[in-house]
Amino acid sequence: AFASAFARPLDRSLPSTVMLARVRAVPTLRGVCTRAKHTLPDLPFEANALEPAISAEIMTIHHSKHHNTYVTNLNAALEKYADAEAKGDMAAMIALQGAIKFNGGGHVNHSIFWTNLAPTTCGGGDMSTAPSVQKAIEKQWGSVDTFKTTFNATTAAVQGSGWGWLGYCKASDSLKIATCANQDPLSTTGLVPLLGVDVWEHAYYLQYKNVRPDYLKAIWGVVNWRNVEERFAKAK
Amino acid sequence: ELAGSSYAREVDMAPVRVLTLGLFVFGASGLQMPKNLAAGVSRADASVSRGVAPRVGRRGMLAGVMGALIASPAFAEYTLPDLPYPYEALEPHIDAATMRFHHDKHHATYVANVNKALAGKPEKSLLELQKDAISAGPGVRNSGGGHYNHALFWEEMGPASGKGPSGELAKKIDEAFGSFDKFKEEFSAKAAGRFGSGWCWLGVKPDGSLAIDTTPNQDNPLMDGGCETKMVPILGLDVWEHAYYLKYQNRRPEYISAWFNVVDWDKVGKFYSDYGAKGKGVPF
Repeated sequence: AFASAFARPLDRSLPSTVMLARVRAVPTLRGVCTRAKHTLPDLPFEANALEPAISAEIMTIHHSKHHNTYVTNLNAALEKYADAEAKGDMAAMIALQGAIKFNGGGHVNHSIFWTNLAPTTCGGGDMSTAPSVQKAIEKQWGSVDTFKTTFNATTAAVQGSGWGWLGYCKASDSLKIATCANQDPLSTTGLVPLLGVDVWEHAYYLQYKNVRPDYLKAIWGVVNWRNVEERFAKAK
Repeated sequence: ELAGSSYAREVDMAPVRVLTLGLFVFGASGLQMPKNLAAGVSRADASVSRGVAPRVGRRGMLAGVMGALIASPAFAEYTLPDLPYPYEALEPHIDAATMRFHHDKHHATYVANVNKALAGKPEKSLLELQKDAISAGPGVRNSGGGHYNHALFWEEMGPASGKGPSGELAKKIDEAFGSFDKFKEEFSAKAAGRFGSGWCWLGVKPDGSLAIDTTPNQDNPLMDGGCETKMVPILGLDVWEHAYYLKYQNRRPEYISAWFNVVDWDKVGKFYSDYGAKGKGVPF
Protein backbone atom coordinates (compact mmCIF):
# COMPACT_ATOMS: atom_id res chain seq x y z
CA ALA A 1 0.00 0.00 0.00
CA PHE A 2 2.76 2.35 0.90
CA ALA A 3 4.56 1.46 -2.32
CA SER A 4 1.64 2.25 -4.58
CA ALA A 5 0.87 5.42 -2.71
CA PHE A 6 4.31 6.78 -3.42
CA ALA A 7 5.14 5.27 -6.80
CA ARG A 8 5.01 7.66 -9.72
CA PRO A 9 4.06 6.12 -13.05
CA LEU A 10 6.40 6.72 -15.94
CA ASP A 11 4.65 9.03 -18.36
CA ARG A 12 6.08 8.07 -21.74
CA SER A 13 3.58 10.25 -23.61
CA LEU A 14 5.76 13.26 -23.01
CA PRO A 15 8.92 13.20 -25.10
CA SER A 16 10.83 14.67 -22.28
CA THR A 17 9.91 13.14 -19.00
CA VAL A 18 11.46 14.66 -16.00
CA MET A 19 12.52 11.47 -14.33
CA LEU A 20 12.35 12.04 -10.67
CA ALA A 21 13.70 9.24 -8.57
CA ARG A 22 10.77 7.10 -7.66
CA VAL A 23 10.78 7.12 -3.94
CA ARG A 24 9.17 4.24 -2.18
CA ALA A 25 8.37 4.42 1.48
CA VAL A 26 9.39 1.38 3.48
CA PRO A 27 7.72 0.54 6.78
CA THR A 28 10.16 -0.05 9.62
CA LEU A 29 10.02 -2.21 12.70
CA ARG A 30 8.57 0.72 14.56
CA GLY A 31 5.53 0.42 12.28
CA VAL A 32 6.04 3.95 11.05
CA CYS A 33 7.49 4.98 7.74
CA THR A 34 10.66 6.81 8.67
CA ARG A 35 12.89 6.06 5.74
CA ALA A 36 12.37 6.36 2.00
CA LYS A 37 14.46 4.27 -0.35
CA HIS A 38 15.70 5.82 -3.54
CA THR A 39 15.31 3.83 -6.72
CA LEU A 40 17.02 3.77 -10.07
CA PRO A 41 14.92 5.64 -12.64
CA ASP A 42 14.43 3.92 -15.98
CA LEU A 43 16.24 5.25 -19.01
CA PRO A 44 13.65 7.20 -21.04
CA PHE A 45 14.86 5.51 -24.21
CA GLU A 46 16.47 2.26 -25.38
CA ALA A 47 20.13 1.73 -24.56
CA ASN A 48 21.12 1.96 -28.23
CA ALA A 49 18.98 5.03 -28.95
CA LEU A 50 21.84 7.51 -28.64
CA GLU A 51 24.15 5.78 -31.10
CA PRO A 52 26.50 6.63 -32.64
CA ALA A 53 27.12 9.47 -30.19
CA ILE A 54 27.03 7.20 -27.16
CA SER A 55 27.19 3.45 -27.56
CA ALA A 56 24.61 1.01 -26.20
CA GLU A 57 27.37 -0.67 -24.20
CA ILE A 58 28.22 2.55 -22.40
CA MET A 59 24.56 3.43 -21.76
CA THR A 60 23.86 -0.01 -20.32
CA ILE A 61 26.85 -0.09 -17.99
CA HIS A 62 26.55 3.59 -17.08
CA HIS A 63 22.90 3.23 -16.09
CA SER A 64 22.59 -0.31 -14.72
CA LYS A 65 25.98 -0.43 -12.99
CA HIS A 66 27.33 3.01 -12.14
CA HIS A 67 24.08 4.86 -11.45
CA ASN A 68 22.58 1.78 -9.82
CA THR A 69 25.56 1.57 -7.46
CA TYR A 70 25.09 5.19 -6.41
CA VAL A 71 21.45 4.43 -5.59
CA THR A 72 22.35 1.30 -3.62
CA ASN A 73 25.14 3.00 -1.71
CA LEU A 74 23.03 6.09 -1.08
CA ASN A 75 20.31 3.99 0.51
CA ALA A 76 22.86 2.16 2.63
CA ALA A 77 24.45 5.42 3.80
CA LEU A 78 21.08 7.00 4.58
CA GLU A 79 20.05 3.93 6.57
CA LYS A 80 23.24 4.09 8.60
CA TYR A 81 22.74 7.83 9.03
CA ALA A 82 19.20 7.35 10.35
CA ASP A 83 20.46 4.77 12.84
CA ALA A 84 23.29 7.04 13.95
CA GLU A 85 20.90 9.94 14.33
CA ALA A 86 18.51 7.85 16.37
CA LYS A 87 21.39 6.94 18.68
CA GLY A 88 22.62 10.53 18.79
CA ASP A 89 25.99 9.41 17.41
CA MET A 90 27.24 12.69 15.98
CA ALA A 91 30.64 11.32 15.04
CA ALA A 92 29.05 8.60 12.93
CA MET A 93 26.67 11.09 11.32
CA ILE A 94 29.57 13.31 10.30
CA ALA A 95 31.62 10.37 9.07
CA LEU A 96 28.73 9.38 6.76
CA GLN A 97 28.40 12.77 5.12
CA GLY A 98 31.06 12.02 2.52
CA ALA A 99 29.23 8.91 1.36
CA ILE A 100 25.92 10.78 1.23
CA LYS A 101 27.49 13.55 -0.84
CA PHE A 102 29.21 11.11 -3.24
CA ASN A 103 26.29 8.80 -3.75
CA GLY A 104 23.50 11.32 -3.36
CA GLY A 105 25.26 13.61 -5.79
CA GLY A 106 25.82 10.69 -8.15
CA HIS A 107 22.13 9.81 -8.01
CA VAL A 108 20.96 13.38 -8.55
CA ASN A 109 23.42 14.05 -11.36
CA HIS A 110 22.68 10.90 -13.32
CA SER A 111 18.93 11.26 -12.88
CA ILE A 112 19.19 14.68 -14.51
CA PHE A 113 21.59 13.38 -17.16
CA TRP A 114 19.21 10.74 -18.56
CA THR A 115 16.53 13.40 -19.07
CA ASN A 116 19.06 15.73 -20.69
CA LEU A 117 19.61 13.21 -23.51
CA ALA A 118 17.29 12.08 -26.28
CA PRO A 119 17.58 10.16 -29.54
CA THR A 120 17.66 12.32 -32.66
CA THR A 121 14.25 10.84 -33.56
CA CYS A 122 12.84 12.47 -30.44
CA GLY A 123 14.39 15.88 -30.82
CA GLY A 124 17.90 15.06 -29.61
CA GLY A 125 20.25 17.77 -30.85
CA ASP A 126 17.37 19.92 -32.12
CA MET A 127 17.67 23.36 -30.63
CA SER A 128 14.46 24.61 -32.23
CA THR A 129 12.73 22.89 -29.32
CA ALA A 130 14.37 25.37 -26.93
CA PRO A 131 13.70 28.89 -28.23
CA SER A 132 14.07 30.68 -24.87
CA VAL A 133 17.27 28.85 -24.02
CA GLN A 134 18.66 29.59 -27.46
CA LYS A 135 17.89 33.28 -27.06
CA ALA A 136 19.49 33.37 -23.64
CA ILE A 137 22.58 31.52 -24.91
CA GLU A 138 22.95 33.90 -27.84
CA LYS A 139 22.58 36.87 -25.51
CA GLN A 140 25.23 35.47 -23.16
CA TRP A 141 27.81 34.05 -25.56
CA GLY A 142 27.02 35.73 -28.86
CA SER A 143 26.22 32.52 -30.66
CA VAL A 144 25.33 28.92 -29.96
CA ASP A 145 28.62 27.82 -31.54
CA THR A 146 30.66 30.01 -29.23
CA PHE A 147 28.70 28.67 -26.27
CA LYS A 148 29.37 25.05 -27.29
CA THR A 149 33.07 25.73 -27.87
CA THR A 150 33.40 27.41 -24.48
CA PHE A 151 31.41 24.68 -22.76
CA ASN A 152 33.52 21.96 -24.34
CA ALA A 153 36.85 23.62 -23.54
CA THR A 154 35.82 24.21 -19.93
CA THR A 155 34.45 20.72 -19.50
CA ALA A 156 37.36 18.99 -21.25
CA ALA A 157 39.67 20.70 -18.78
CA VAL A 158 38.06 19.08 -15.74
CA GLN A 159 40.88 17.29 -13.93
CA GLY A 160 40.06 13.70 -13.17
CA SER A 161 36.38 12.98 -12.67
CA GLY A 162 33.57 15.51 -12.77
CA TRP A 163 30.78 17.19 -14.71
CA GLY A 164 30.28 20.17 -16.98
CA TRP A 165 27.07 22.11 -16.47
CA LEU A 166 24.92 24.75 -18.04
CA GLY A 167 23.24 26.31 -15.05
CA TYR A 168 20.86 29.12 -14.25
CA CYS A 169 21.80 31.80 -11.78
CA LYS A 170 18.65 33.18 -10.12
CA ALA A 171 20.41 36.13 -8.55
CA SER A 172 21.62 37.53 -11.85
CA ASP A 173 18.92 35.94 -14.06
CA SER A 174 21.60 34.57 -16.32
CA LEU A 175 23.02 31.35 -17.68
CA LYS A 176 26.43 30.14 -16.56
CA ILE A 177 28.84 27.38 -17.48
CA ALA A 178 30.23 25.62 -14.43
CA THR A 179 32.16 22.46 -13.62
CA CYS A 180 32.02 20.28 -10.54
CA ALA A 181 34.45 17.68 -9.28
CA ASN A 182 33.53 14.06 -8.69
CA GLN A 183 29.77 13.81 -8.00
CA ASP A 184 29.39 17.19 -6.33
CA PRO A 185 25.92 18.30 -7.42
CA LEU A 186 25.53 21.68 -9.12
CA SER A 187 23.50 22.81 -6.12
CA THR A 188 26.84 23.22 -4.33
CA THR A 189 27.50 26.20 -6.63
CA GLY A 190 24.09 27.79 -6.10
CA LEU A 191 23.14 27.31 -9.75
CA VAL A 192 20.05 25.49 -11.01
CA PRO A 193 21.05 22.61 -13.29
CA LEU A 194 19.74 22.83 -16.84
CA LEU A 195 22.15 20.56 -18.76
CA GLY A 196 24.89 18.34 -17.41
CA VAL A 197 27.60 16.40 -19.21
CA ASP A 198 29.30 13.58 -17.33
CA VAL A 199 33.05 13.53 -17.99
CA TRP A 200 33.97 10.74 -15.64
CA GLU A 201 35.93 8.34 -17.86
CA HIS A 202 33.19 5.73 -17.45
CA ALA A 203 30.90 8.04 -19.45
CA TYR A 204 32.95 7.71 -22.64
CA TYR A 205 36.01 5.49 -22.29
CA LEU A 206 34.81 2.31 -23.98
CA GLN A 207 34.08 4.32 -27.11
CA TYR A 208 36.32 7.37 -27.08
CA LYS A 209 39.24 6.18 -24.90
CA ASN A 210 41.36 9.16 -23.85
CA VAL A 211 39.86 11.50 -26.45
CA ARG A 212 37.40 13.32 -24.21
CA PRO A 213 37.03 16.24 -26.67
CA ASP A 214 35.57 13.90 -29.32
CA TYR A 215 32.92 12.71 -26.87
CA LEU A 216 32.06 16.31 -26.05
CA LYS A 217 31.69 17.15 -29.73
CA ALA A 218 29.45 14.14 -30.34
CA ILE A 219 27.13 14.56 -27.38
CA TRP A 220 25.59 17.79 -28.70
CA GLY A 221 23.86 15.64 -31.30
CA VAL A 222 21.77 13.95 -28.59
CA VAL A 223 21.12 16.79 -26.16
CA ASN A 224 17.42 16.90 -25.26
CA TRP A 225 16.93 20.64 -25.73
CA ARG A 226 13.22 20.33 -24.96
CA ASN A 227 14.15 19.17 -21.47
CA VAL A 228 16.65 22.01 -21.08
CA GLU A 229 13.88 24.45 -22.07
CA GLU A 230 11.52 22.95 -19.48
CA ARG A 231 14.13 23.21 -16.75
CA PHE A 232 14.92 26.79 -17.75
CA ALA A 233 11.25 27.78 -17.60
CA LYS A 234 10.88 26.14 -14.20
CA ALA A 235 14.05 27.76 -12.87
CA LYS A 236 12.94 31.23 -13.89
CA GLU B 1 73.40 8.86 -28.40
CA LEU B 2 71.95 8.87 -24.95
CA ALA B 3 72.96 6.36 -22.30
CA GLY B 4 71.01 3.13 -22.53
CA SER B 5 68.70 3.48 -19.57
CA SER B 6 64.99 3.06 -19.92
CA TYR B 7 64.65 6.73 -19.09
CA ALA B 8 66.78 7.82 -21.99
CA ARG B 9 64.54 7.34 -24.93
CA GLU B 10 66.26 7.65 -28.24
CA VAL B 11 65.89 11.26 -29.22
CA ASP B 12 65.34 12.49 -32.69
CA MET B 13 68.73 13.90 -33.71
CA ALA B 14 67.08 16.74 -35.49
CA PRO B 15 69.14 19.84 -36.17
CA VAL B 16 70.61 21.42 -33.11
CA ARG B 17 68.47 24.39 -32.42
CA VAL B 18 70.12 27.76 -32.43
CA LEU B 19 68.27 28.37 -29.23
CA THR B 20 69.82 25.31 -27.62
CA LEU B 21 73.23 26.53 -28.70
CA GLY B 22 72.49 29.96 -27.33
CA LEU B 23 71.24 28.54 -24.06
CA PHE B 24 74.34 26.44 -23.62
CA VAL B 25 76.58 29.42 -24.25
CA PHE B 26 74.58 31.64 -21.94
CA GLY B 27 74.15 28.92 -19.38
CA ALA B 28 77.76 27.86 -19.39
CA SER B 29 79.01 31.34 -18.86
CA GLY B 30 76.72 32.47 -16.12
CA LEU B 31 75.10 29.51 -14.44
CA GLN B 32 76.14 26.17 -13.07
CA MET B 33 75.74 23.89 -15.99
CA PRO B 34 75.23 20.25 -15.25
CA LYS B 35 78.13 18.81 -17.18
CA ASN B 36 76.35 15.50 -17.47
CA LEU B 37 73.80 17.04 -19.80
CA ALA B 38 76.51 18.24 -22.11
CA ALA B 39 77.82 14.69 -22.24
CA GLY B 40 74.41 13.58 -23.46
CA VAL B 41 73.30 11.67 -20.38
CA SER B 42 69.54 11.56 -19.85
CA ARG B 43 67.91 14.09 -17.59
CA ALA B 44 66.97 11.44 -15.05
CA ASP B 45 70.48 10.04 -14.70
CA ALA B 46 71.90 13.54 -14.61
CA SER B 47 69.71 14.50 -11.73
CA VAL B 48 70.52 11.40 -9.72
CA SER B 49 74.23 11.84 -10.12
CA ARG B 50 74.19 15.59 -9.88
CA GLY B 51 76.09 16.76 -6.91
CA VAL B 52 77.50 20.25 -7.01
CA ALA B 53 78.24 21.25 -10.57
CA PRO B 54 81.44 23.28 -10.85
CA ARG B 55 81.27 26.86 -11.97
CA VAL B 56 82.07 26.90 -15.61
CA GLY B 57 84.64 29.22 -17.09
CA ARG B 58 85.73 29.82 -20.66
CA ARG B 59 86.81 26.22 -21.16
CA GLY B 60 83.44 25.24 -19.85
CA MET B 61 81.76 27.50 -22.36
CA LEU B 62 83.60 25.76 -25.14
CA ALA B 63 82.68 22.40 -23.68
CA GLY B 64 79.09 23.52 -23.51
CA VAL B 65 79.02 24.61 -27.08
CA MET B 66 80.76 21.42 -28.21
CA GLY B 67 78.32 19.40 -26.15
CA ALA B 68 75.42 21.17 -27.74
CA LEU B 69 76.80 20.48 -31.18
CA ILE B 70 77.70 16.85 -30.55
CA ALA B 71 74.80 15.33 -28.65
CA SER B 72 72.03 17.59 -27.47
CA PRO B 73 68.78 16.10 -26.32
CA ALA B 74 65.81 18.47 -26.45
CA PHE B 75 66.91 20.82 -23.71
CA ALA B 76 64.97 20.66 -20.45
CA GLU B 77 62.34 18.29 -21.76
CA TYR B 78 61.09 15.15 -20.09
CA THR B 79 60.61 12.04 -22.17
CA LEU B 80 58.19 9.14 -22.01
CA PRO B 81 60.02 6.13 -20.57
CA ASP B 82 59.59 2.83 -22.37
CA LEU B 83 57.58 0.13 -20.68
CA PRO B 84 60.05 -2.34 -19.10
CA TYR B 85 58.09 -5.26 -20.65
CA PRO B 86 55.78 -5.88 -23.63
CA TYR B 87 52.19 -4.59 -23.56
CA GLU B 88 50.79 -8.08 -22.97
CA ALA B 89 53.24 -9.00 -20.19
CA LEU B 90 50.77 -8.32 -17.39
CA GLU B 91 47.93 -10.36 -18.90
CA PRO B 92 45.45 -11.52 -17.86
CA HIS B 93 45.52 -9.23 -14.84
CA ILE B 94 46.01 -6.05 -16.81
CA ASP B 95 45.11 -6.37 -20.45
CA ALA B 96 47.40 -5.38 -23.31
CA ALA B 97 44.94 -2.83 -24.74
CA THR B 98 44.84 -0.99 -21.41
CA MET B 99 48.65 -1.01 -21.20
CA ARG B 100 48.84 0.37 -24.72
CA PHE B 101 46.39 3.22 -24.18
CA HIS B 102 47.55 3.92 -20.66
CA HIS B 103 51.22 4.22 -21.61
CA ASP B 104 51.12 5.46 -25.21
CA LYS B 105 48.25 7.94 -24.77
CA HIS B 106 47.61 8.90 -21.17
CA HIS B 107 51.18 8.90 -19.88
CA ALA B 108 52.48 10.40 -23.12
CA THR B 109 50.00 13.27 -22.74
CA TYR B 110 51.21 14.00 -19.22
CA VAL B 111 54.79 14.16 -20.52
CA ALA B 112 53.85 16.49 -23.36
CA ASN B 113 51.82 18.72 -21.05
CA VAL B 114 54.39 18.98 -18.30
CA ASN B 115 56.98 19.98 -20.89
CA LYS B 116 54.59 22.67 -22.10
CA ALA B 117 53.94 23.85 -18.57
CA LEU B 118 57.66 24.08 -17.82
CA ALA B 119 58.78 25.71 -21.06
CA GLY B 120 61.41 28.29 -20.23
CA LYS B 121 61.53 27.41 -16.55
CA PRO B 122 64.63 26.30 -14.70
CA GLU B 123 65.38 22.64 -15.07
CA LYS B 124 64.49 20.16 -12.36
CA SER B 125 64.51 16.40 -12.22
CA LEU B 126 61.10 14.80 -12.26
CA LEU B 127 61.57 13.79 -8.65
CA GLU B 128 62.60 17.30 -7.60
CA LEU B 129 59.60 18.68 -9.44
CA GLN B 130 57.14 16.91 -7.15
CA LYS B 131 57.76 18.78 -3.90
CA ASP B 132 56.37 22.15 -5.03
CA ALA B 133 54.13 20.78 -7.76
CA ILE B 134 50.91 21.95 -6.13
CA SER B 135 52.06 25.53 -5.64
CA ALA B 136 53.55 25.51 -9.17
CA GLY B 137 50.05 25.47 -10.61
CA PRO B 138 47.59 23.03 -12.18
CA GLY B 139 49.74 22.27 -15.24
CA VAL B 140 52.69 21.08 -13.18
CA ARG B 141 50.49 19.54 -10.52
CA ASN B 142 48.44 17.41 -12.88
CA SER B 143 50.94 16.64 -15.60
CA GLY B 144 54.13 16.65 -13.52
CA GLY B 145 52.40 14.47 -10.97
CA GLY B 146 50.95 12.32 -13.71
CA HIS B 147 54.37 11.80 -15.30
CA TYR B 148 56.03 10.79 -12.04
CA ASN B 149 53.18 8.57 -10.87
CA HIS B 150 53.06 6.61 -14.09
CA ALA B 151 56.86 6.30 -14.28
CA LEU B 152 56.74 4.59 -10.86
CA PHE B 153 53.70 2.53 -11.87
CA TRP B 154 55.35 0.83 -14.87
CA GLU B 155 58.54 0.09 -12.97
CA GLU B 156 56.89 -1.43 -9.91
CA MET B 157 55.02 -4.01 -12.00
CA GLY B 158 56.15 -7.03 -13.92
CA PRO B 159 54.87 -10.34 -15.26
CA ALA B 160 53.09 -12.36 -12.57
CA SER B 161 55.70 -14.31 -10.63
CA GLY B 162 53.82 -15.46 -7.56
CA LYS B 163 56.49 -13.87 -5.39
CA GLY B 164 55.61 -11.65 -2.46
CA PRO B 165 57.70 -9.21 -0.47
CA SER B 166 60.88 -10.49 1.19
CA GLY B 167 63.64 -9.31 3.48
CA GLU B 168 63.48 -5.98 5.23
CA LEU B 169 60.35 -4.85 3.38
CA ALA B 170 58.44 -7.98 4.36
CA LYS B 171 59.38 -7.35 7.98
CA LYS B 172 58.21 -3.76 7.79
CA ILE B 173 54.91 -4.84 6.22
CA ASP B 174 54.30 -7.30 9.04
CA GLU B 175 55.17 -4.66 11.61
CA ALA B 176 52.80 -2.07 10.16
CA PHE B 177 49.86 -4.23 9.11
CA GLY B 178 50.21 -7.55 10.92
CA SER B 179 50.72 -9.67 7.83
CA PHE B 180 51.00 -9.43 4.06
CA ASP B 181 47.35 -10.53 3.74
CA LYS B 182 46.21 -7.84 6.15
CA PHE B 183 48.27 -5.31 4.20
CA LYS B 184 46.48 -6.35 0.99
CA GLU B 185 43.11 -6.06 2.74
CA GLU B 186 43.79 -2.54 3.95
CA PHE B 187 45.34 -1.45 0.67
CA SER B 188 42.39 -2.87 -1.28
CA ALA B 189 39.82 -1.18 0.95
CA LYS B 190 41.51 2.19 0.66
CA ALA B 191 42.03 1.87 -3.09
CA ALA B 192 38.38 0.95 -3.59
CA GLY B 193 37.28 3.76 -1.30
CA ARG B 194 39.13 6.55 -3.13
CA PHE B 195 36.19 8.34 -4.74
CA GLY B 196 36.68 9.52 -8.29
CA SER B 197 40.15 9.60 -9.82
CA GLY B 198 43.30 9.08 -7.81
CA TRP B 199 45.96 6.75 -6.51
CA CYS B 200 46.52 4.45 -3.55
CA TRP B 201 50.05 4.42 -2.12
CA LEU B 202 52.27 2.33 0.10
CA GLY B 203 54.89 4.62 1.56
CA VAL B 204 57.58 5.04 4.17
CA LYS B 205 56.89 7.58 6.89
CA PRO B 206 59.59 9.80 8.41
CA ASP B 207 59.87 7.40 11.37
CA GLY B 208 60.63 4.54 8.97
CA SER B 209 57.32 2.73 9.36
CA LEU B 210 55.05 1.90 6.45
CA ALA B 211 51.63 3.41 5.78
CA ILE B 212 48.87 3.30 3.17
CA ASP B 213 47.02 6.37 1.97
CA THR B 214 45.27 7.69 -1.13
CA THR B 215 45.46 10.91 -3.10
CA PRO B 216 43.07 12.52 -5.59
CA ASN B 217 43.74 12.96 -9.29
CA GLN B 218 47.52 13.06 -9.93
CA ASP B 219 48.62 14.27 -6.51
CA ASN B 220 51.18 12.11 -4.72
CA PRO B 221 52.72 12.01 -1.23
CA LEU B 222 55.96 13.63 -2.45
CA MET B 223 54.07 16.88 -3.00
CA ASP B 224 53.82 19.36 -0.18
CA GLY B 225 50.13 19.21 0.67
CA GLY B 226 49.67 16.23 -1.62
CA CYS B 227 48.73 13.57 0.87
CA GLU B 228 47.38 13.53 4.40
CA THR B 229 50.09 11.05 5.36
CA LYS B 230 53.61 12.39 5.04
CA MET B 231 55.54 9.56 3.39
CA VAL B 232 57.80 8.54 0.53
CA PRO B 233 55.82 6.41 -1.92
CA ILE B 234 57.40 3.11 -2.98
CA LEU B 235 54.31 1.51 -4.55
CA GLY B 236 51.29 3.12 -6.18
CA LEU B 237 48.05 1.87 -7.69
CA ASP B 238 46.31 3.97 -10.33
CA VAL B 239 42.56 3.91 -9.69
CA TRP B 240 41.58 6.36 -12.42
CA GLU B 241 38.94 4.58 -14.51
CA HIS B 242 41.25 4.59 -17.55
CA ALA B 243 43.54 2.22 -15.64
CA TYR B 244 40.98 -0.57 -15.62
CA TYR B 245 37.80 0.29 -17.51
CA LEU B 246 38.40 -1.63 -20.76
CA LYS B 247 38.65 -4.94 -18.90
CA TYR B 248 36.89 -4.38 -15.58
CA GLN B 249 34.42 -1.55 -16.29
CA ASN B 250 32.93 -0.54 -12.93
CA ARG B 251 34.45 -3.53 -11.10
CA ARG B 252 37.31 -1.69 -9.44
CA PRO B 253 37.71 -4.20 -6.55
CA GLU B 254 38.32 -6.97 -9.10
CA TYR B 255 41.03 -4.86 -10.76
CA ILE B 256 42.67 -4.15 -7.42
CA SER B 257 42.72 -7.83 -6.54
CA ALA B 258 44.18 -8.76 -9.94
CA TRP B 259 46.82 -6.04 -9.76
CA PHE B 260 48.50 -7.64 -6.74
CA ASN B 261 49.53 -10.47 -9.08
CA VAL B 262 51.72 -8.17 -11.14
CA VAL B 263 53.48 -6.23 -8.40
CA ASP B 264 57.22 -6.87 -8.68
CA TRP B 265 58.05 -7.13 -5.00
CA ASP B 266 61.79 -7.47 -5.68
CA LYS B 267 61.72 -4.04 -7.33
CA VAL B 268 59.54 -2.57 -4.61
CA GLY B 269 61.94 -4.07 -2.05
CA LYS B 270 64.75 -2.15 -3.75
CA PHE B 271 62.66 1.03 -3.84
CA TYR B 272 62.26 0.56 -0.10
CA SER B 273 65.87 -0.20 0.86
CA ASP B 274 67.63 2.12 -1.62
CA TYR B 275 65.31 5.09 -1.28
CA GLY B 276 62.28 4.94 0.97
CA ALA B 277 64.12 3.66 4.01
CA LYS B 278 66.56 6.55 3.59
CA GLY B 279 63.75 9.08 3.35
CA LYS B 280 64.45 9.70 -0.33
CA GLY B 281 61.95 9.56 -3.14
CA VAL B 282 62.42 6.97 -5.87
CA PRO B 283 64.06 8.91 -8.71
CA PHE B 284 62.56 8.93 -12.19
